[in-house]
Amino acid sequence: MTQQFYVSPEQLMKDRADFARKGIARGRSVVVISCRDGIALVAENPSPSLHKIGEIYDKIAFAAVGKYNEFESLRQAGVRYADVRGYSYDREDVTARGLASVYAQSLGAVFTAEQKPFEVELAVAEVGASPEEDHLYRLTFDGSIADENGFIVMGGQADKVSEAVAAGWQGELDFAGAIRLALAGLVADKETTTLPASAVEVAVLDRGSESSRGTRRAFRRLEDADITALLAEEN
Amino acid sequence: MQETTANQVAANATSSFTEHLQRQRPDLLPFGRQLPAGTPAAGAAQPLQAPHGTTIVALSYAGGVLMAGDRRATMGNVIASRHIEKVFPADQYSVLGIAGTAGIALDITRLFQVELEHYEKIEGTLLSLDGKANRLGAMIRSNLPMAMQGLAVVPLFAGFDRPAGVGRLFSYDVTGGRYEEQEHHTVGSGSMFARGALKKLWRPNLSEQDAVAVAVEALYDAADDDSATGGPDPIRQLWPVVYIVNRTGAFRVPERELAALAGTIIESRALAQREA
Repeated sequence: MTQQFYVSPEQLMKDRADFARKGIARGRSVVVISCRDGIALVAENPSPSLHKIGEIYDKIAFAAVGKYNEFESLRQAGVRYADVRGYSYDREDVTARGLASVYAQSLGAVFTAEQKPFEVELAVAEVGASPEEDHLYRLTFDGSIADENGFIVMGGQADKVSEAVAAGWQGELDFAGAIRLALAGLVADKETTTLPASAVEVAVLDRGSESSRGTRRAFRRLEDADITALLAEEN
Repeated sequence: MQETTANQVAANATSSFTEHLQRQRPDLLPFGRQLPAGTPAAGAAQPLQAPHGTTIVALSYAGGVLMAGDRRATMGNVIASRHIEKVFPADQYSVLGIAGTAGIALDITRLFQVELEHYEKIEGTLLSLDGKANRLGAMIRSNLPMAMQGLAVVPLFAGFDRPAGVGRLFSYDVTGGRYEEQEHHTVGSGSMFARGALKKLWRPNLSEQDAVAVAVEALYDAADDDSATGGPDPIRQLWPVVYIVNRTGAFRVPERELAALAGTIIESRALAQREA
């Protein structure tokens, strides 16, 4: 009969956390910035169809780094959660806080109970009527949840990117400024100084979608041409 | 073993909100429940009393399609509501109008709207117009047991087919049968009269403005002869709900325009001084 080796709980959790961290560090970064016009979500992603950024509900968006199959299943679960909630109560009863807490619980459960933890890090963003009412939540692989102010940087070289974004961040930025800042941050760990529009995925949550586009759905994905145009107009 | 896992994953992967509810929260679906035994059936002397929505008209015009509905709901001989709205945007490029049991119809509308948005969010692309029409048919079919007990819902669906570049119209029967209609169509209690009016008023390649006028006049004629259809109400400032769907999307026609149109129709009819 084989004897099981004793592993202390501390060691077990540390091993799992290291494993997850390593997986996430391999990925490219994602930047979420709250600004005057709304919330800009920018990811380094060469694929035009396998998205890292997605729409969850009217005012809520999702961004992730890590393993695609894992965060994609979480994104779909989030859309289902939000749609069921909005259908059974009312559309305004769907909040980023509720969604983030469900994500935190599922990530926490997977971290402790499953064979391997999810190698993902998520951001849940909700745009409000004013920048003060924006909500940005960061969720890590072990189910920890943090309420962030202003911006979130996740992924491979998050420290360097975060420094660059923090240096230029201010609440008065418009979308063009916020996206430029995010792109400048994303190249902080590289030799190049610019990223082509085809190498990034950009989406925004419009603060005034009702008045500007006549829809309550604030999420809008920017095409490559939109990004190039937005970056071309100087301040 | 591996094959069964793959099959399970594939079986669980659904982009349909209705399917998700059927598996996880069947109690939230508007249909699919059996009324208790002893509930009066459709043919009974005293059928179950619930508000019913009435007339919807839809027609094609040069740039797309248009749908209009009156503002009345009735319960037996009583007017249950004077300002109910029965035409809704389903998504960016389609609208639906509902006739029949109002409570169930409004819930089916809400479910259909979420269904389309849910698909769009999960898949990252819009459902084809035929796909949307089929999903609505499936929902109406699910309601068949309740339709047999007198709680029928009959929708009318219109949308802009972007790849084909044309507006299209779909009608349904209570069994979920889906029929593509040409030119124009009507549903609800006043549909006979509205249809008669449309036959005389509609012509190919109507302009958008003329098409709205034709729809409002068809509803006026329906209200003239059907007690369950409400006409334009200048006293309460209530006008039909009209949506146009074209290449750029679905838009509601502003009240102001409808008030002017209804005014013109009432005026011309008064001038004509005709009895019938």
